[in-house]
Amino acid sequence: MHPAVSVILFTTLSGAGFGLFAWLGTGRPPVTGWPAFWFYFMGYGLAVTGLFASAFHLANPKNAIKAFSQWRSSWLSREAVLSVATLLVIAPYAIGRIFYGENWAALGLAGSILSILTVFSTAMIYTQLRTVPRWNTPLTPLLFLAYAVTGGAILAGQSEAAIWLLLALGLIQLAHWMLGDSRFAAAGHDMGTATGLGRIGRVRLLEPPHSGGNYLLHEMVFRIGRRHAMKLRVLAFLGAVALPLAILLAFGAAPAATALAAAVHLLGTLASRWLFFAEARHVVGLYYGR
Amino acid sequence: MTDLPRSTERKLGLVIDLDTCVGCHACVISCKGWNTVSADNAPLSDFDAYGPDPQGTFLNRVHSYEVTPEEGGAAQVVHFPRSCLHCEDAPCVTVCPTGASFKRAEDGIVLVNEDDCMGCGLCAWACPYGARELDLAAGVMKKCTLCIDRIYNENLPEEDRVPACVRSCPAGARHFGDLGDPDSAVSRLVAERGGMELMPECGTRPVNRYLPPRPRDRAVKGSLENAAEDSARPSGFLGWLDRALEAL
Repeated sequence: MHPAVSVILFTTLSGAGFGLFAWLGTGRPPVTGWPAFWFYFMGYGLAVTGLFASAFHLANPKNAIKAFSQWRSSWLSREAVLSVATLLVIAPYAIGRIFYGENWAALGLAGSILSILTVFSTAMIYTQLRTVPRWNTPLTPLLFLAYAVTGGAILAGQSEAAIWLLLALGLIQLAHWMLGDSRFAAAGHDMGTATGLGRIGRVRLLEPPHSGGNYLLHEMVFRIGRRHAMKLRVLAFLGAVALPLAILLAFGAAPAATALAAAVHLLGTLASRWLFFAEARHVVGLYYGR
Repeated sequence: MTDLPRSTERKLGLVIDLDTCVGCHACVISCKGWNTVSADNAPLSDFDAYGPDPQGTFLNRVHSYEVTPEEGGAAQVVHFPRSCLHCEDAPCVTVCPTGASFKRAEDGIVLVNEDDCMGCGLCAWACPYGARELDLAAGVMKKCTLCIDRIYNENLPEEDRVPACVRSCPAGARHFGDLGDPDSAVSRLVAERGGMELMPECGTRPVNRYLPPRPRDRAVKGSLENAAEDSARPSGFLGWLDRALEAL
């Protein structure tokens, strides 16, 4: 799949933002006043920037408002509804924290739960696609949730929890990569089933339908990422898991260490998310012999 | 809501005969022509049409494949038109966040309401068959409408009330009808010829069917190899000539 910058930024930044809200909503860290302001400022900055980035992915954004209408059937619509609901529920909780030094716990908890549901529905947009076997697994929502909650823990300065979460994230990320490698073949798709000609014999593309590119090839038959996949996996793992873990273990909850760990983790997450798209193989490529 | 109808009164669709298709691309061109000039929808755009990197939106594309029998023997070429299969369990419809994608309860045709489409492209990702292409000029998703503006159009002569691709096929390889009616001509064709679903493992339950190529005569055992290199020694006059030429 084509790793569009807008979608990578959307899933990474909004994931981190909602992950941070999931922690803040439970009263962790227990800040009020100016420190609370900066935490919520960061959360809204990440979440809203991510959501705006997703709008750049649209070819006809004037109809974006209609994306709130189909929540009964569409995960993308649910994601839109839940993300706005989260931002609206967290806002009064943040106001209580910042201006009144109050902890309206029920409101905060509702915000936390909505944050988790938002990330889950983001993941389900990809998980639901049977056309991309690498994504079509329960490990995908687990991976997105692990990234969000871990990134949120680092940003919220919850170093002890972050260390355990980084270990869990590392395992889930490795599992998603390794099990993902065999998903396409295991789903049973090949040129024989795509064309129905497999019952006659071995199928090979003799002549493509067009000599130039088209939307399908650009969007769904992206192949560049697969060449450097191993190197990128190492870099993504170092950035998202290994380095932040080392920093937190060495320096604990020192603010500078937290900031550095968060920055490195987000860079690693971007690399992992790039791979998430670039490595994913869509069945339509079979019609083009790829 | 972009829920799917539980069932449809009719299941209009195409039956494409892979035995008959000659790969002329007439269906591709007539489809593009009709859907660019006729409807209320935006035209199917082209970019750099006469330049070095031509690209455009098409609702129908013809691939050509070579199929080689596993047990050996001669390969054959199969021309393969690919377009929307108007699936009963269409994943492109349920993923749509705006309600632009829908499947009609009366005839099963899957359509896009361009006034609602925001061009997110998720329906194209959800389709296993590459049936949907985002038009880069209009910014909305394009797909086969089964020529809804022809098949019910009483201003057209009756023989023209079929999809443009069916009307233009010079080989008669494309058939249009109600696949929900077991007595329709298309349903009988499917039953007689073993019409097949594409990628049934995707669970989309496509309405369109493809008729597989009829079995070819197998190459007589050894005949192709002999034609390539005659290793057996002839006898009689030819044998004498063979030996004489070798002795020269």
